[in-house]
Amino acid sequence: MRVSNEEIIEAFWETISMVSISLLFAVIIGLPLGILLVVTRKGHLFENRFIFSILSTVVNIFRSIPFIILMVAIVPLTRLLVGSSIGTAAAVVPLVFYSGPYIARLIENSLLEVDSGVIEAAEAMGATPFQIIFRFLIPEALSSLILEITIATIGLIGASAMAGAVGGGGLGDLAITYGYQRFDTQVMVITVVILILMVQGMQTFGNILAKKIRRN
Amino acid sequence: MITFEGLEKEYRTKDKTFKALNGINLTIEKGEIFGVIGFSGAGKSTLIRCVNFLEKPTGGRVLVDGQDLLTLTPANIRKVKRNIGMVFQHFNLLQSKTVFANIAMPLVLEGAPKKQIKQRVEELLKFVGLSDKAGAYPEQLSGGQKQRVGIARALATQPSILLCDEATSALDPQTTGSILKLLKKINAEYKITILMITHEMSVIRDVCDKVAVIEGGEIIESGTVFDIFSNPQTKTAQNFVHSVLNDSIPESVRNLVQEHNPNGKLFKINFVGASSGQPLLSKIAKKFDVDINVLFGNITELQGVPFGHLIVELRGQENEIKRAYLHIQQENVSIREVIADAS
Repeated sequence: MRVSNEEIIEAFWETISMVSISLLFAVIIGLPLGILLVVTRKGHLFENRFIFSILSTVVNIFRSIPFIILMVAIVPLTRLLVGSSIGTAAAVVPLVFYSGPYIARLIENSLLEVDSGVIEAAEAMGATPFQIIFRFLIPEALSSLILEITIATIGLIGASAMAGAVGGGGLGDLAITYGYQRFDTQVMVITVVILILMVQGMQTFGNILAKKIRRN
Repeated sequence: MITFEGLEKEYRTKDKTFKALNGINLTIEKGEIFGVIGFSGAGKSTLIRCVNFLEKPTGGRVLVDGQDLLTLTPANIRKVKRNIGMVFQHFNLLQSKTVFANIAMPLVLEGAPKKQIKQRVEELLKFVGLSDKAGAYPEQLSGGQKQRVGIARALATQPSILLCDEATSALDPQTTGSILKLLKKINAEYKITILMITHEMSVIRDVCDKVAVIEGGEIIESGTVFDIFSNPQTKTAQNFVHSVLNDSIPESVRNLVQEHNPNGKLFKINFVGASSGQPLLSKIAKKFDVDINVLFGNITELQGVPFGHLIVELRGQENEIKRAYLHIQQENVSIREVIADAS
């Protein structure tokens, strides 16, 4: 094996930071987007066909571009935002653009599952639209939101490995440069095992959190 | 308290319009329990939803306490809504919140102080008999308990109007009874005006003071529960009354009468209130030379007053029957002759 343990640990932390920073920004973008996709649809709180169609189309466009292409396609924007197109920080930009719209869709789905009767009750109580969103819709959907964001996080872990292809650092980078390009099977196996463990851990954590929240 | 004036509601789709409400005129007085009954699709749900603007009328007006909601700003509409509690068929509780938090919700929305919320919620829990369930979640409750939570929640802001949208339709008969009793208690203790819609005439019979029958988006009949039950005018109202108060002669009885005494005289005697307590028939049998054959009977209670009827056959001399008939009329009991195959 031509990679030291330190290098693997460093790559692991690179992946963790890449995923968590991207997730943070992706949720910051995806959550309001998801809420807007729900409340602007027909018959909802802020019915607005124009905004709904535009948002929905934009989300679909981003969702249809393969990540590897998206990564290259937005290089100028990445340069503008982080000053470089190579490295961990640079990988975060395409990751956010990739998972933000995805999270928006997932959140939209969760919120749509909330019983319309609950919203009706809220309206009957004289709740303001914002109270309806933050006191009724989101708390009712929270448990399923957690599960959806878990799915998105796992997607991000996978995508972050791909970011290795453009020198994004992290476990994926390690796997590609050593495991794939230099035929070091041991590195390949170790990185894949770590990725599997991360995904398992993430899913378990998400499940436990969702279960806890359902009861809170 | 609530007045509908020429209320209309139209739903428009691309190629057709559907009139759910077609000129509703109705007044609900302060403190009464008013029932609106109709089959599904008759417009009763739309009607009750127009009161708190879950549906916006497309014509006419709804006055709540003299205020036309159409003229109010959204903020003022919300204020009016806080004076109107609503109970739903499927409870519509927040699954993610405890019973306590569900009942507290309308107060939280108002920004009431925590201490006051706690006091009010505990008071309500006691009132609906769920003090031991404060920390439970809705999914751990039975249907009847869920509806009690729904009712407590609707009362949290001390409204003067309570709307019940098929509040008992998802419950079994026994639970229905206990929920109706609770609604009566609310009406009596808090003097809250209750408007309820239902498709069950037994609900109307058990709790309502007045009733309106809705069909095809129009009120086809309305009056006190007593009037509608004792003298329904429209076919639909008659069907609803018959659903809980069967006054047609069963076929088997009718066949028997026709076989044995085709010329027998059948009478329908209505008993109301005090008259149902009198031994009318035995007095008649002693006083006149007639034989009385009770064919069918039904007695129920309307607004705390016994109400019912008997279908009897009087046998004897025509003259005696006539005298007995007149005597019953003098006792202020309604009697009329019926032919064997009519109701």
